Order: sequence, then structure tokens, then C-alpha cells
Amino acid sequence: MRIGLDIGSTTIKCVALDDRDNLIYRSYERHFSQIVAKTAELLERLRAEIPGSRRARLSISGSAGMGLAENAGVPFIQEVFATRIAARRMLPDADVIVELGGEDAKILFLTGGTEVRMNGSCAGGTGAFIDQMATLLDVTLDEMDRLAGQAERTYTIASRCGVFAKSDIQPLLNQGAKKSDIARSIMDAVVNQTIAGLAQGREIKGNVIYLGGPLTFLKQLRESFDRTLGLRGILPEDSLYFVALGAAYGGDREMDLGAVVEALSRHKSQRRFATIRPLFESRAEYQMFCERHQKASVPEGDLARHRGPVHIGIDAGSTTLKAVVISPDGELLRSVYRPNSGNPVPLVRDFLLSLYQEVPDLQIRSAAVTGYGEQIIRSAFGVDFGVVETVAHFTAAKKFLPQVDFVIDIGGQDMKCFKIKNGAVDNIFLNEACSSGCGSFLQTFANALGYSIEEFAKLGLFADAPVDLGSRCTVFMNSSVKQAQKDGASIENISAGLSISVVKNALYKVIRASSARELGENIVVQGGTFYNDAVLRAFEQEMGTEVIRPDIAGLMGAYGAALYAAAQPREASGILGREALEQFSHEVKNVGCGLCGNNCRLTVNLFSGGRRFISGNRCERPVTHKEADHDLNLYEYKRELIAGYRPVQGPRGKIGIPLGLNLWELLPFWHALFTRLGFEVVASPFSDRELYLRGQSSIPSDTVCFPAKLLHGHVQTLVEMGVKTIFYPCMTYNLDEHLGDNHYNCPVVAYYPEVLSANMPSLRGITFIGDYVGLHRRREFPQKLTAILQKYFDGITAREVKAAVDCGFAEYEKHLRDLRERGKWVIERARAEGKRIIVLAGRPYHVDPEISHGVDRLITSLGAAVVSEEAVSCYVDKFPTTVLNQWTYHSRLYAAAKYVCGQKDMELVQLVSFGCGVDAITTDETREILEAADRLYTQIKIDEITNLGAVKIRLRSLFAAAGQMNQETEKNVGEGAGI
Amino acid sequence: MSEKDTGRVLFTKEMKKTHTILVPSMAPIHFAIVKNVLVSYGYRIELLDNQGPSVVQEGLKYVHNDTCYPALLVIGQMIDALNSGKYDVDHTALIITQTGGGCRASNYIHLLRKALRRAGYAQVPVISLNLSGLEKNSGFTLTLPMIRKFVAGVVYGDALMLLRNQLAPYELFAGQTESLVQKWIGALSDGFAEGRGYKMKEISSNLRQIAKEFSEIPVGPKDKVRVGIVGEIYVKYASLGNNHLEEFLASQNCEVMVPGLMGFALFKTDNRLEDIRLYGGNPLKKMAVKVLFNYLTKMETAIIDAVKEHPNLIPPSSYRHTKELVRGVIGYGNKMGEGWLLTGEMIELVEQGFENIVCTQPFGCLPNHICGKGMIRKIKTLYPNANIVPIDYDPSATRVNQENRIKLMLSVAAEQMADRGKGAETNSVSTLPAPREALAAAGA
Repeated sequence: MRIGLDIGSTTIKCVALDDRDNLIYRSYERHFSQIVAKTAELLERLRAEIPGSRRARLSISGSAGMGLAENAGVPFIQEVFATRIAARRMLPDADVIVELGGEDAKILFLTGGTEVRMNGSCAGGTGAFIDQMATLLDVTLDEMDRLAGQAERTYTIASRCGVFAKSDIQPLLNQGAKKSDIARSIMDAVVNQTIAGLAQGREIKGNVIYLGGPLTFLKQLRESFDRTLGLRGILPEDSLYFVALGAAYGGDREMDLGAVVEALSRHKSQRRFATIRPLFESRAEYQMFCERHQKASVPEGDLARHRGPVHIGIDAGSTTLKAVVISPDGELLRSVYRPNSGNPVPLVRDFLLSLYQEVPDLQIRSAAVTGYGEQIIRSAFGVDFGVVETVAHFTAAKKFLPQVDFVIDIGGQDMKCFKIKNGAVDNIFLNEACSSGCGSFLQTFANALGYSIEEFAKLGLFADAPVDLGSRCTVFMNSSVKQAQKDGASIENISAGLSISVVKNALYKVIRASSARELGENIVVQGGTFYNDAVLRAFEQEMGTEVIRPDIAGLMGAYGAALYAAAQPREASGILGREALEQFSHEVKNVGCGLCGNNCRLTVNLFSGGRRFISGNRCERPVTHKEADHDLNLYEYKRELIAGYRPVQGPRGKIGIPLGLNLWELLPFWHALFTRLGFEVVASPFSDRELYLRGQSSIPSDTVCFPAKLLHGHVQTLVEMGVKTIFYPCMTYNLDEHLGDNHYNCPVVAYYPEVLSANMPSLRGITFIGDYVGLHRRREFPQKLTAILQKYFDGITAREVKAAVDCGFAEYEKHLRDLRERGKWVIERARAEGKRIIVLAGRPYHVDPEISHGVDRLITSLGAAVVSEEAVSCYVDKFPTTVLNQWTYHSRLYAAAKYVCGQKDMELVQLVSFGCGVDAITTDETREILEAADRLYTQIKIDEITNLGAVKIRLRSLFAAAGQMNQETEKNVGEGAGI
Repeated sequence: MSEKDTGRVLFTKEMKKTHTILVPSMAPIHFAIVKNVLVSYGYRIELLDNQGPSVVQEGLKYVHNDTCYPALLVIGQMIDALNSGKYDVDHTALIITQTGGGCRASNYIHLLRKALRRAGYAQVPVISLNLSGLEKNSGFTLTLPMIRKFVAGVVYGDALMLLRNQLAPYELFAGQTESLVQKWIGALSDGFAEGRGYKMKEISSNLRQIAKEFSEIPVGPKDKVRVGIVGEIYVKYASLGNNHLEEFLASQNCEVMVPGLMGFALFKTDNRLEDIRLYGGNPLKKMAVKVLFNYLTKMETAIIDAVKEHPNLIPPSSYRHTKELVRGVIGYGNKMGEGWLLTGEMIELVEQGFENIVCTQPFGCLPNHICGKGMIRKIKTLYPNANIVPIDYDPSATRVNQENRIKLMLSVAAEQMADRGKGAETNSVSTLPAPREALAAAGA
């Protein structure tokens, strides 16, 4: 007899085969991380139920089985390898196997050179991810599968990481997108992640087999794979058991099951995990802590007995809806706090109706709304004011501690922290593209372990040895928690460890503070997450200071909005009355915009009374029906300039240039040079989603920055356009602009051509010129380039090349001059019109619309002018920095920051590509340069997908902080969408 | 930039007597010898070996969390040491290398200073160890004999590491190899202190003696899975960085080969020559660099010659040969981080019979997107038996995950070994394809 166990991250699968290899037993169950006990139980059962199973060839496989197998002395077979063993026996015709598990994704190529691939340290695109998404949508997996089958359209969702996807999905939900469409989008995201992460240039074709839980249970996921791969894959019988079967077939040692069970019972693990000091040493200490915090209480009143006007504040957050009614002097009369299940609109309606029912003659003087759902709620109910979240929170915090100088708010999935200077919001930190360490993070774990969030957090208060879980992303945390469980950590210690990691994440990742001194002296903490005493305690412990937690910590946004409204009372609020509310209706439609080439997919919310709210738009055009004013947008101008470099027919034939990374800056140079040499220079088009997907299967490193990944699509596009020669040189050095200590390119910009030529199968038969060139040595360059070109083309002379190089430099200089002159003009005109000027500082390639996702247009739509970093860096001389200033593009960034310091009406906003290692250094330095001159630093992280909603909050906070957000702009932003 | 501008704390002549210099560890054998060189010059040196979670914690606290893992670890290790109470922080200095390349690593020293300021150790001087004259300190100057001793230390370190890796897995008497390593670290350090052992002739004769003694260690049958380790320099060598990778592989019945530091030194020197070849440059500078390059090459040759005398030992691949191996695979201009050398080392390992390779890098390592992960596919096309697994290291990557992936690679290795066993019983080297033919066949 043979027995194979597959102990995965969430389930145990077991098979038994008789001596003729017939499958005589199989089981599949969740283990809830009780791995040792469950395994022992399973083996006991086998021994009891199956005759002759006392001795068997037993092997263990699966990601969670490794340590256990070792300890019990059972042979271990790595799970991907086990799959292959099983596939070779059972599916001899298979070419490729795609297997998704709880936290793993694998692709096995069986024919034409065997290769096995599995996901790296990222669990995006796996079962855990799908589970998380189902929780977010508040549906079961079956429902999600059914919903996906009804989808009409799909959205782009990052599946790299559940956390990212959440920030894509939440705004979609808030804006009224349909769950069915989102469900299918999630499936597609998983497919794209699997292919992008694992195919790495190898085509998935032939007989494709689907294995593992998610692919077995979710029909729509299989359909999604079929659609994307353009084939029909097969789901074999026993698709859940291949790993276990492989373990059974591969086993070569006969063992006594009884002895194994015994060995397992001895495996009761010793405490091996790293620990941190407990949150509280004693109950008494906890008591004192509670008493201290009870002092921060809001005055309360009774709505039913209240006479006189009231003000309403609503905080439509990402996962919860908060609303309050206050008296003009800030007495809290009524409040609600509830999960919004993705749609805040009906909740607000219920809340308002309940108020009218209770107090029919309620005099609402004014109302304000803040949070993610600000715009939709404002349009739906005619709320008087929209308030930026930061301003709302600051207004509330002041009520508790007038001298407050630091506010930290940890909500469901966002975290906001800001400093207060001279009575104004000064320095804002938001978590972007990462919600680890927020409320939903704790919630996810509490639910996974079968607790409510309140119960779960309480467990940790008196934990004796909290597990040290570090401070990283949710998905990684998953494996850390599992590891701790395996090592025998108690639930109490895990709970405490998670609370501490929430705080560490906020402090070290988001705020980047290392001590309380750096935050401020008067700290107010708020947001629902701080109701949790363990988190509050961990924060005080970690910072070594005492802070104020208002008793309405979770309502502070709403309370602040109400105070904001109270400060601006009207005769009567414009908010819907009882009658209008009773007849209220809400309908969602999806349409294509069609007003410009972007053709955004719009989600249109129609409310009773003809009010509507549009989302999904990248510009204000579908809302205002006016063409946006691009004159004061230098990014737009630069795109026009670049688009102007069109092919000119020439005797030497076509040469293709992929428009990515540094070629965004150097296209003018190479275009002029090659045109002069008689080539027809064909540049790939501006990026879009389709172009990216075209190249994604050949990306070898899934953690490289998005701008680099795009190049695969550009090269693929050139090949599909029929270009036979592609020019994309390696450049260790950039041009020396004498602003830094050196003039390198970053390693990715410098050498990405190597990756393309080594990994893109479609380049077979194409001449790919990826030689190393040095434009920084202008004198030697013509001769060096001549030698390079002569390798590929006949009859090119040194004299020709020299003339062409001169042409190239002249065009490059003209291009930069053009850009800078236009920049000057933009600045002058903005000043004449009294507009604020934003230096949107990134790298040349951030101009690509698919990379910056229209951040530049968003800024102009908010009423400011946009210039780029190189438009102002030329006005600054080299100056000392505290880091080694050695990359040309980043030297421009530092110089631009320095320049902004001296310009009162300018603000710098830094664009940072996710995964850009260099920016780990530049962001801190840029911040320091600006802060040294008492200026604000704003950073926007951009990725494959960007949640413009969050960017908007950040920009509006910046404007508010800069004191330039005049009423008119406010009106445009708030009402624009509601007209 | 003048020193005042940077506001850095200098390491003065007086400090040489009053201060203890803390050195972060990386490659243990090499660093032990180099440390003793510094001690012989009158410096008070301490090699840091503090590990444990507080090291990473301090790193996360004071260094931008998206910065590479080695920076987090090295800086975390230093601050953890300063926190430990073992050192008088007013009489402690730190030392860190600085390369000046296009990678983030050139900024470690600046990140360290930032971290020290924030941690309240602004008074602690940081010495930059570099050969490019990037920063100077009156109390710490490199003299020519000192540099020669450093170089000799690296040469001996390479030889001892190479031989230990080859013999320890098979030794019949447990611990014999390691005690021979320790014996030689002691003997060589003593020699340096007396001014012996760093001239070419002495090096050659020492290396021959070392090779001889190691070759005489009694061993059993060489039947283990051969695994090579390449990667970003810190996580490649430092057990703190790679979760004790070498120990793990040893526990999985493997013989490990880790290409030495001399290749890296030659690579960094040669880069300057390549720059001039590719982009043009000063012929005088070229000559000066050439002298250094030749000197290092001679050292490397001495190791190879000494080991080659013993048929039971595998000599290291020469830099020249490795460079030849990557021709047509990746450009010689690729010089940031480990650059083309990393690609070259993978191929060199395949050629030496270590076709099972762990390619280590910090999570998000910029150069390794290109020369590590970016080249694996091409190497596999050229050398179908290459069995490479890239492993990312960072504060949150769990060891279980890493080991599971390595086990997958080892399963494939075991299978390949079994297949080969069926074909012929000769050792693995003979089954390799000739690299040039493979290249030609792949159309490169």
C-alpha cells in the first residue's frame, strides 16, 4: 500500500493506493493551521478504516508539510515535483500544467524541455488572494463564481497582491460598479498574474491541465484562463489530489503508521518564535491605562430632547460608513458606525430617514461629507460641503486637544497621519498602494482564525510573549502567522503580535519615524483601529509616549465634518428632505465615454431628481462636457512634442525604437540621428493596457518596476508592426548635467535592453541593437557609434555618423530648450492668472499616460498648472546633498526641490514608481530638502494601476494645506461631478 | 565637496588609539584574516557577529524600508551593536565599504550616517573603505603594504573557502577541515603581523602548502548533490543575509561551491578598462588600472595553480575564462552591482559540474533584475542541464518559503543525477556540453 499526504497552506489532502495502484481512499479537509493534530488524526483514521494500512509506503508533500515530515522522519517530496510525478503517470499527453493552491501558483512545462516554475515570495494570484477578494465582496466563493459568469465588462485589477487589489476594488465598489463585473475582473487578474509571473517568455500551449483547489472549484477561473490563453484546458478527475498522488507514487520507504503518529505526538513544538515584551505586565497596569484614556470624552446630548438647529457630518470611508448629528456647539446627539458592504448610498438614506422619523421637524442647518465616498454621497443627497479627509480629522482632533501637533488616523484600509504647524495641516503621510497595518488587516486575521475583531484584539492584551511578526504586507504576514502557529505560538501571542505589527507598519513604513520626538508633543490617535486597546498600547509603547484617544476615535472624520459644517451654517441645509428620501432611487449604468481616444469606461450613477454621478473618468470632460484646458500642463506639451517625431521614409529602411524608460527623453536624439542616416525611424506608440498585456508573458522578474515591464509590450508591438530592426541601446551613463557627483542611469534604465533580448522569443529573426553607448563622451561617441552601426549595416561611414550625431545632439538640445521655454511660459501664465504651480517631479518616462495615469490632468482639473522637473532643474547650481547624488534624473529631482524652496507659489509633488529601489533613497532626500525650507513634501506612488481617488485626496490636502484652495476650486471639485 | 559641507564626523589620528572600530561581517573567513591585518596596524577592531531579530528591527526602524535588505541588515547590525551596551559609544567607530557604482549600494554609507543621527549616535565616526578616494580620514589611511595585505587576505580567504567547501562535506573525521581552516587563519595572520606572507612568492608557496594539506584530508565517496551559490555580494556570502543558506544546503546532503571574492575584485577593476574601451577615455588612467588588473590576475593564477596540482581538488575558474563564457550572453558594459559577472558565475558553475544553482538577491535588487533573474532563461537555453532557482531575501520573506523553493531545485537535481547515473558512472563534469558549441547552436 502507498499513502500520500499533501499538507498545503490551508488544507490536507490524502490518498491511499492499493498494491495495484488503485485509488482506494481520498480525503480533502481544511486544517485551520492545526497541522500536527490533523495529520495525526488522519493517519489514525486511515489505520482504523483501511485494512492492511498498518504499514505503508508513506510520503508527505506540500508547503506546510516540510518541517513536519522532517520531525516525524517521513520522506518529504517537494510539491511541484510530486505533481510532476503524478502527471507523468496519469496524464502522459499533458504539455503544460497550471496549478493554483492556497498560497502557491505553479506552472509545469512537461514537454519540449521540462521546466517547473513556482511563484516567488509573493502570494498574489493564489487561493488566498481569491479568498480575500470574496471577503471584500462579501460573497462566498460559489457566489463569486456565479457572479463572474454574469459579468458584462471587466475592470483592470492588480492581482500582484491582495492588498493592491483591494485598493483597486474598493473605489470601484464605492463608485457603484457591479459585483458581477468585479468578480470576473478578479478572475482575470489572477490569470494575468499567473502568466506574467510564471510563464516568463515560454508560451503556454498544447494540452493544458488545470489542477488545485481554486481551478477545481471556480469554473469561471478556468474560463478566464481559456479565454486568455486561447485554448481549452482540461480539468482532470482528482484534480485536487495530484500532489498527494505524486507523493504516494514517489514514496519508497515502508513505514509503520503507528510509529509515525507517535513521532508526531512528540512533535509538540517548543517555543521557537521570536518574541517581544508583553503589552501589559498586569491587570492593574491595564486598569490605569483605561482610566487615563477615559478622560478624552466628547460631550453628549439626546437628539430626541434637543431643541434648535443641528449639523450633520458623514464620513463615507472605504469599508465603513460613519455619520453624526451635532449641536452647534459640538455636542454629539446621534451617531452611526457600520460596515458599508461596498455601497454607502442606502446606509446614508436609512440614517437620514431614521432622523426624520424620530424628529420630524429636525432643523438641519448644514451638512458636510468626507471620505472615499464623498462625491457620490454629495451628489446623491445634496450635501452642502465636501471636506478633504485630512481637514475633517484635524478639525475633530482640535476639539479634543487644541494644541494638537500630530494626528494619526488608522481606518479600515487607509492610514492618514499629518503634522500641524501654525494651525494648518502641514505634512501629510498616507499609506499608498499598501494597506497592511490597517483595520481590515486585523479583521482579515481575526476572521480567518474564527473570531470577531473585538474578541481577537482583546485576546492579545495579556499575552505573555507576543510574536514578533515584523512590519510587512498582509500576504507576507499570512505566512509569518502560519509559521508562528506551526512553531506553537498561542492565539493570544499572535493577536498581540499582529497589533504590534500594525503599529510598526504605521510608524516605520508610512510615517518613517523612529521616535516620538519626530512626531510631535501632542499626539491624537483616531480611527476605528484605535478602539482596539492592544493597538493603542502598542503605539504608546513603541513610541515611548502617552497619546490622546478620543472616545469617538472611529467617528472623528464624521465629527470633524460636522464641526466643519457647523462653522458655516446656512438658513437650511440643501440636504434631501424626508419626502425626497422616501422616493429616493439609485440606478447604475455602464457606458463608454467616447469623447476622446481614451474611451474610458464610465460608471454612471443616476439618482432620483435627475442628479447623477459619474466615475471611471480620467478627465472632467464627460462631466462638464468641456474640453479640459491643457495649456498649463507641461506633461501634455511634452507628449505632443514626442508624438511629433513621425517616421520619415529613408533608403536604409525601417528602424524601430521602443518608447519607454529613457527613450522618452532620447527619442528626439535618436530620431534625428537615424533619420539623417537615411533610416525610417518608427517609434512604438504611447503605452496603454493592451500594449502592456501584449508583452507581459516575457517578463522574467515580477518585482521590477512597471515602466520597465512596459517595454516588453513596446518591443512586441514593434515586432507586430513588422519592424525588422530594433534599436534600444544600453546606457550605464546618462548625460552629465553637472548637478550631481556622477551621472549614472539607474541599473534598470541602464540595462533593460539586455533583459528584452534575452527573454523575448519574438525577437528571433529580428536585429536587436542593444549595444552599450556613451553619449556622455561626446568627442569619442561618433567613432564608437560608427563601429557599432557597421556591425549591423553595410556602407555606413564615419563621416556620415559624425554628421548624424551632430544632428542628434542639436535636436536633443532643441527639444529640451523647447520644453523649458514652454515651462517658463506656463509658469508666467499661471502666475498672471493667480494659479498655483505644481512641479510634478518624476522621471522623463512618467509622462507616459499609462504610467502616470493622468495625474497631471487631475492636477490641472483641480485648477493648478503643471510643469516637470527638468523644466526648473536648470535654474539651480549643484549643491550638497546628504546622499550620494549620482543619477542624472534624480539630480534633476533634487535640483527641482531646491528650486521650489525659493518659489512661494510652487509645490513639488514627487511621482514614485512602485518597486523603484532608487526612490527609497530619493524620497527621503527630497523630503529633507523641502522640509529644510519649511516646504511641504508630497509623494504619489504609482503602479500598474493607480487609484486616482487616493491621489485626489492627497492633492486636495496639499492644496488645503498650502492655503490656496479657494472656494471656487472647492466648488469645482465637489460639484463638478454632481451637476 | 568639502568635508565641512557633508558635516560628517572624522576619524582622527587620536581616535586610532581611543576608538574601537566595528566591522560588519560578510564572508567569515576573509573577514577574519582582514581583521587581523588591521589589528597588526594598531587598530582596535571588532567583527560584528550579532544576529537575531533585533538586528532587522533596528534596520527597519532607521532605514527606509524599501531600501535593499543588505543595507537594512548591515546598518541594523551596527545600531544593534551600539545599543547592546558592549561598547562605549563615545569611543566607537564604524567602517563600511563604498564602491561608487551606479547601484544603490554606493549610498549605504550615507544611509548609515542618517540612521546614526536619528538613533542618537551622531558622534560615532564612520570610515569609508574605498579605493577610489571618495572620502578621507586622517586616522585611517591605506598604505600600499596595507592594501597588499588586504589583497593577500582576500586571496587566502578565497582559497580557504574554496577548499573547505570541497572537503568538509566528505571528510571522514568530523571537524578536521574546519580546524585546518582555523589553523591557517591563525598562521597567516601571525605572518602578516611579522610582515610576511603578502609578497607574490610567499603567497604562492603558502597557497601550495594550503592546497597540499587540504588535499590530504581523508574523504569518503563524493556522492553529494553539487550546488553553486551566486548572487548579490552580501546575501551571497553572509549567513545573516541568506538565512544560513550554506548550512541548509549542507543539511540537505549537498556540496556547495561559492565563487570567490577575487573574481569580484577583478571585475570591478576590469570595469574601468571596459568603460574606456566602450566609451573612450584617458590612456594614462588605462595604464594605471591595467597594472592593478595584472597584479590581481597574478594572484588569482596563484590560487588556480596551487589547487590544480591536486587532481582531487577543483580549481576555481579564472576571471578571463568566466568573461569568455558570457560573451554573446550579456554585454561587458553591464557593470552595476555584480553585473555580467553574476551571469558569468552561473555559467562557470554549470561548466564545473555545479549546474544546480541558487541565485540569491535582496528583494527588488535592481541590478539582479537584469544580470540575475533576467538571464536565467538564456542560460537555460544554452545549457539545458542548468537548474537555477532565484531566491529573494528580505525582512519578511519566510525561511520556509525559501527552503521549499530550494527543495524543488534539489528534487530536479537529484533526478538529473539519477538519470546521469543510468547513462554513465563517470563524474558529472564529463557530461557537460561544450559551451561554445552550445552558444553557436542557440544562435547567439
